[in-house]
Amino acid sequence: MTVSRLRDSQVFAVLVLVIVLVAVWYLGSIGLNWAVVSDRLSRDDTAHSWWDILLTTWNYTRPILPAPHQVAVDLWNTTLTIDPSSKRSLLYHAWITLSSTLLGFVMGSVLGVILAVYIVLNRAASRTLMPWIIASQTVPILAVAPVVLVLTYNLLTGQNAIAQLLHLNSDAAQLISKATIATYLSFFPVVVGMVKGLRSPEVLQLDLMRTYNATTAQTLWQLRWPTAVPFLFASMKVAVAASLVGAIVAELPTGAVSGLGARLLIGSYNGQMIQIWSVLLLAAVLAGLLVLAVGVIERAVVSRMGARPT
Amino acid sequence: MSLDIEKGEFVSFIGPSGCGKTTFLRTIADLEQPTSGTLTINGMTPSEARQKRAYGYVFQAPALFPWRTIEKNVALPLEIMGYPDADKKARIARTMELVNLTGFERKYPWQLSGGMQQRASIARALSFDADLLLMDEPFGALDEIVRDHLNSELLKLWARTQKTIAFVTHSIPEAVYLSTKIIVMSPRPGRVTDVIMSTLPADRPLDIRESPEFLAIAHRVREGLRAGHSYEE
Repeated sequence: MTVSRLRDSQVFAVLVLVIVLVAVWYLGSIGLNWAVVSDRLSRDDTAHSWWDILLTTWNYTRPILPAPHQVAVDLWNTTLTIDPSSKRSLLYHAWITLSSTLLGFVMGSVLGVILAVYIVLNRAASRTLMPWIIASQTVPILAVAPVVLVLTYNLLTGQNAIAQLLHLNSDAAQLISKATIATYLSFFPVVVGMVKGLRSPEVLQLDLMRTYNATTAQTLWQLRWPTAVPFLFASMKVAVAASLVGAIVAELPTGAVSGLGARLLIGSYNGQMIQIWSVLLLAAVLAGLLVLAVGVIERAVVSRMGARPT
Repeated sequence: MSLDIEKGEFVSFIGPSGCGKTTFLRTIADLEQPTSGTLTINGMTPSEARQKRAYGYVFQAPALFPWRTIEKNVALPLEIMGYPDADKKARIARTMELVNLTGFERKYPWQLSGGMQQRASIARALSFDADLLLMDEPFGALDEIVRDHLNSELLKLWARTQKTIAFVTHSIPEAVYLSTKIIVMSPRPGRVTDVIMSTLPADRPLDIRESPEFLAIAHRVREGLRAGHSYEE
């Protein structure tokens, strides 16, 4: 009873927030579009009342800030009414971005965990590696992305031993080079979280392993790793969102024609604000779903590990 | 100063905090290095003894792994030491029975009371059958009723297993009730003020603690503590 009431009140709170946001958005699109629209209408012969202008600000084809329903209609038309395999479908582009996001996320998480284990087991590594890892994140990703993309793509397709060994087609090479950027952004939260997590066993528990004369590997696997699992999931939630940002950023500078980043860029070239907003909303929904998915896996793993139900 | 602990003895170290009783126990366990002096366990250095897994250690807190069930916690040292599966099963069953936890194998630590958790940690220390059991204030965090119960359980367990037990405590009745030998220590600098051989019989019901003999030993422990200025400040 109390639980369902709590859930109801949460739903209520979220609803109120959404309604307020949409209302502010509608007001904003009146204010921002007013000048353009009244200028456009004044060139007609007929006179227009302020009410006409107001309604037009919400339905203008090239608005500065499109109204929510315009974005909703555009989203509907580009996702649900078009065959998802068509290049005009946003779902097609979302899938392109999602595939490099997921690949980058997996590579970033694995890389992050490996680095964290190395840092925790090796005192010297902590001092030598950590500054570089932190420095890697202070470099603006938008500036590095083209360099990394070009390097990776050429490494995978050019005239060299690696390319000849892997024998990838250009789609796969593009996917991997975009995933590299996603990896670059997503390994960092995992390293930081896992270094903390792998160091979080209690002193007594570490002493206990020492009384058993346990090897470093045994202590790592039987004690440090299980203790770090909650930290792993917390940092993977950050990493998966960062991964999506990385994948989108990777689609901006290369003249890519598919993917959410490419749609954003094309939209801004053409001044298509409605299209940009559709892509932004879809990216936000995608990020939310990805974080949610990590959370679902977390709950399953934690309950399998015998956690006290809350 | 020289101190010998015979095989099969139950030796308590008692003293106020800061007298080094825990440090001494940790030195036996090779968790801490001595600044001077020598220490041998059945002719081995502490480091060799640890590598031979010659002792089981019970800490102040149960330090159970929350992601393992009770039986998996008891199995932890057996897994690390590489015992075969069949042997592992038998040992788990035997030690769970020793500490009266049969029936709780599949429970997780949070489902057990503090006293039961500490019993599980004793089972874990006993599972690989080391001759020496080191116990560092194992019942310090428990209430007196549970503590009385666990004390008499521990005596029975000691009688059944014939282990040598080194036991750190700051409770006088606990030390007198359990021990065959009591080492009284004092702080700053840490030293031994008295070594008392208990005259109590091997069979000790809980109400032996009201006998004149028991009170006489408790009195002598108190005297030893007073001599070490343990009651000042």
